[in-house]
Amino acid sequence: MITQDQGFFGRLTWDSFPVAALIRHPGTNEIVANAAAAVVVVGVVVVVALLSWFRLWGPLWRDWLTSADHKKIGIMYVVFAVVMLARGVLEGVVMRAQQAAGPGDGFLAAEHFAELFSTHGTIMIFFVAVPFVFGIANYVVPLMIGARDVAFPVMNQISLGLTVSAGMMLMVSLVVGEFSTGGWTAYPPYTGAAFNPGVGPDYWIWAIVVSGIGTTLTGINFAVTIYKLRAPGMTFMRLPMYCWTIICSSILIVFAMPPLGVAALLLAADRYLDFHFFTNDLGGNMMNYANLFWLFGHPEVYLLVLPAYGIYSEVFATFSAKRLYGYNSLVIATMSIAILSFTVWLHHFFTMGQSALINAVFGIATMLIAIPTGVKVYDWMATLWRGRIRFSVPMLYGLAFLMLFVIGGLSGVILANPTVDYQVHNTLFLVAHFHNVLLPGVLFGLLAAYNYWFPKAFGFRLNEGWGRVSVALWTLGFMLTFLPLYFVGLLGMPRRSFSWEDPDFHPYMIVALIGALVVLGALLSVLVQLWVSIRDRDRTRVPAGDPWDGRTLEWSIPAPPPAYNFAIIPRVSDRDEFAAAKEGGAAYPSPAAYEDIDIPRNTGIGFILCVLSGVWMFALVWWIWWLAILASVLIILAIIFWSFDSSTELTIPAEEVRKAHEAWLEQVRQAPAIDRDDETTSRNRGLARPDLEPAT
Amino acid sequence: MLAALVALAVSGPVMGASDSFMDPQGPIAAVQKTHMLRATWLILIAVIPVLVLVPLIAWRYRRRRNSAATYAPNWDFSAGLEFLMWGVPVAIVVVLSIYLWKATHRLDPYAAPFGEGPAVQVQVVGLDWKWLFIYPELGIASVGEMGMPTGRQVALTLTTDTVMQSFMIPALAGQIYAMPGMTTQLHLVADTPGVMQGENTQYNGRGFTGQKFETRAMTQDDFNGWVETVRANGILLDGDTYRTLAMRTDRTEVQAALGTEKMPDNALYFRLDDGDLFHTILGRYHRGTALAVHDQPGTADFGKTPTGQEAGE
Amino acid sequence: MKRAPTHSYPGINLGERHASAHKATEVVTFGFWVFLMSDLVYFGLMFAIYITMIDAQAGGPGPHELFDLHSIFAQTLILLTSSLTVGLAMLALKYNLPRVRIVFWFAVTLVLGLSFLVLEVRDFMAMAEKGGVPQRSGFLSAFFGLVPLHGLHVAAGCLWLIVLGIQLRVMGMTDRIKSRVVRLALFWHFLDLIWIGIITIVYFGGLAYG
Repeated sequence: MITQDQGFFGRLTWDSFPVAALIRHPGTNEIVANAAAAVVVVGVVVVVALLSWFRLWGPLWRDWLTSADHKKIGIMYVVFAVVMLARGVLEGVVMRAQQAAGPGDGFLAAEHFAELFSTHGTIMIFFVAVPFVFGIANYVVPLMIGARDVAFPVMNQISLGLTVSAGMMLMVSLVVGEFSTGGWTAYPPYTGAAFNPGVGPDYWIWAIVVSGIGTTLTGINFAVTIYKLRAPGMTFMRLPMYCWTIICSSILIVFAMPPLGVAALLLAADRYLDFHFFTNDLGGNMMNYANLFWLFGHPEVYLLVLPAYGIYSEVFATFSAKRLYGYNSLVIATMSIAILSFTVWLHHFFTMGQSALINAVFGIATMLIAIPTGVKVYDWMATLWRGRIRFSVPMLYGLAFLMLFVIGGLSGVILANPTVDYQVHNTLFLVAHFHNVLLPGVLFGLLAAYNYWFPKAFGFRLNEGWGRVSVALWTLGFMLTFLPLYFVGLLGMPRRSFSWEDPDFHPYMIVALIGALVVLGALLSVLVQLWVSIRDRDRTRVPAGDPWDGRTLEWSIPAPPPAYNFAIIPRVSDRDEFAAAKEGGAAYPSPAAYEDIDIPRNTGIGFILCVLSGVWMFALVWWIWWLAILASVLIILAIIFWSFDSSTELTIPAEEVRKAHEAWLEQVRQAPAIDRDDETTSRNRGLARPDLEPAT
Repeated sequence: MLAALVALAVSGPVMGASDSFMDPQGPIAAVQKTHMLRATWLILIAVIPVLVLVPLIAWRYRRRRNSAATYAPNWDFSAGLEFLMWGVPVAIVVVLSIYLWKATHRLDPYAAPFGEGPAVQVQVVGLDWKWLFIYPELGIASVGEMGMPTGRQVALTLTTDTVMQSFMIPALAGQIYAMPGMTTQLHLVADTPGVMQGENTQYNGRGFTGQKFETRAMTQDDFNGWVETVRANGILLDGDTYRTLAMRTDRTEVQAALGTEKMPDNALYFRLDDGDLFHTILGRYHRGTALAVHDQPGTADFGKTPTGQEAGE
Repeated sequence: MKRAPTHSYPGINLGERHASAHKATEVVTFGFWVFLMSDLVYFGLMFAIYITMIDAQAGGPGPHELFDLHSIFAQTLILLTSSLTVGLAMLALKYNLPRVRIVFWFAVTLVLGLSFLVLEVRDFMAMAEKGGVPQRSGFLSAFFGLVPLHGLHVAAGCLWLIVLGIQLRVMGMTDRIKSRVVRLALFWHFLDLIWIGIITIVYFGGLAYG
């Protein structure tokens, strides 16, 4: 509810900057807050300086920011996700340090700790998991289905722009004002105007709304891409498993993002316009919020984990050198999980006082999800069985996932029992459970994908040794950090506790802190791996494009692929099309004729909308009405002007395609066909020798 | 691995805690514990094969020269295996569902599953950051300490006069949310005398982790004595006192504001006046007029007089 | 190269030989359907919120005091007629009539859409005079969260009519513009559909149960 008279800058004053608090009453808490703000400011300054020093603004603008190429957009998504991941992990470490600081109050103020768990959750879900998942999907899906781009390349760029600008709001909240203290779920009435009149919940609301729009557009884009742009011959039952999971995930987005948008916008109506959707008085009802949020929230976790399942399916098949076991089962299981995920939202608030009947029904519905999930795990085991397993980095992530994920599944089924949930709801047991499914489930999958498809994207392999180090550190770090939390949760420690008194908790808190530091080391090892790999890139190039003896279409083209992906759109006749082609000696055909190819032309609309939506959000958060109106008008005008642009495509002449493609085919002919024994050596130039006869 | 953790946690005395349902002090928590352990063992039927077989398969079929292991690159389906893969989880979930159905109905917090004799009525009000316990039949109220007789059922009716909170005494029963303008219910039974910790598990601001209280389970005689002590030493819980109590204060601050030397160091005792405080609190949200911020307990402005106006209820 | 004519969109005269134009229209129209599906979920949830809050009147004015069925009847007629006129624009496209016919039917639709909005805003003002403002109760919040959301969609549709009308003149009858006409028509019919839901659930339902 807007209460005061506002000046030119709305409610923005000098006191809105954390520096003001540091000057007035310096303490550990203020130092930590200002250090975080300083990291953001220094980070921006350093990036700007580096770009200017190396004169990279032009290339950045031409090759990246205005590109509508799904491959570049995918890479930008992943870079953004990793930057946000770094912040999320650091926040996790600070929180674990606060709790490990022993019985008593620790070194952070309660509200600062609350900001940390709120940003940590919001960032990890909306600005790490979602962009990472769809960054990988952006890169891989069109290549896997034999398409030249996604269905709506410009809309894809806009999705990225909106996601990034929303994520930037969380960065801005470190420097100006403060973030919400209401957790990633932002339950009213706590986040309502009466109890939290500050800017915190408003940052949350607008970041969620804008990134939600971006994600919805992504979901539409990928659903249409997979429905409509598959190469000829690629029937649904020949669709690679990963694409199946992306299509399910996209459908989940289309149906599940609206409830989140509604929840956040109605909360905004309550806060800005004095509506009474979720207020205490005049008929508001916060239970509607809980229902809306979890109508989104539960499908959300599946739209994150399903693509990871898809990645594991590809990885297990490739590195076992074997067809994926139980394809039909896996498809049915994926679809069942997607559908069931809409039927279980109530299990997030078993303790809100519904009848036993309702709780029992939703509890059983929740346990049903364990069936297709269990089937998937068994299918993957059968894929490994009688394979010829290479312990490459993606496979190691996969094996760690299988072992650890079933523990998360176990605790998930326990939580599905309302009887038990009454005890462990809102405790660290729950925190341990969802980290148990999100780290080994989603994050390990994404890291496996990163290691697996990196050579496709950049033309050289990632360092294997450092990759193994990071697998070990992630696994160890996860176990040390989160398994103790199951314990402390059973002992009754509530989540989001900035302090505690029971001395029994102490050893677990210490172990968890050590684990968090190991996780930090794991993150660093990923960065070191990247650095080492770039340094050594000349020894690990795989221009022929197939470093892992891959089975699907993306491995049949150069690494990195040309802008148009496929010189000739392939005709598909097998589920493992490329593996079948290699087996039949039909890989790398020389096309008889080439055609002109249309690719999306560069456009600045995504970047413009990114900036304008950022301004719009900031103006709304700080009640700078003139700026909010101006930004809204400019956003509408930008879209209208863009719609007048009729030259959206760039034609690459057939001759140019022919030259590039035949040069590459020549490169393939020159490359040595290598055995899987040499996969991780510098002999691997990306041409695989089929590995069918017994190794000698 | 989790099984090991659970097994460790089950050894309650080692932890020295009666603050967890792993060391239950009443029949409800005891059933919850048994239910959880039974579910765990059942689920392990599906989990253990994975934990055992994944390393075995990975090792047996690792790629190496002169491997004796069979290699079947095109094998991708087996009807028997499919039957097993779907069948085992289905069977487990069916069994678990039956248990779940029974337990959920039996332990419905609104029902009164255990205990004999008439229930002791307690009205619980969540405030920032303390719980107020009103014993309407006994004419007393307390903060920081909830007395209850053993072997008798205690029927709680809960609400809050601020944001949503979640009330839990782990050693006795699970939690239930409390929401402004609405009531929820919970039933408790304690087997033996003892002190158990109760808490709020829903984050609600800087006093969140201090929003704890002691549950004192006593024999009926001791309980009667406790009621008399509270009544004798308590101050009158009238409108002004309640206003002070409902301010955004933590336990220490409110103890300093309202505590007397006759009360314990970490608890407040009250006598009730004639009004029905609990329903007055509920009614605050159903008056059909907007509730100004300074009339809403739990806000920073509560109790402050807006300039030129009376602070009035 | 002559492909078998894929008449995915026979109604918009893309030309038999333009296989790629057909495919592009097919993709973009399907995408628009998916978007409408997502938008429908928004409305569905707002309907659900309205239903749960129909009793949350908190002593404030309710449906019987506030709803003016005469005005609603007029708005319904106007909106349904506008669906007809959008349909006529589509027919003009199908039979390759002069561009001006499409622009004409767009203009009629625009006038109808704006009239609808004027009536709707008048209704809201009349409600406000009787104390029916969203700040008054949960019920009124739900009402004003839903009905103006539809109104906002109609306003967006009007803006789209104007822009596309200009584009028809400036950019001519290109395949892209034709496919935009298809999508605008879909959008407009979608708004009609939502309006049917609004009169049934919000107005009739409100009067019956409120």
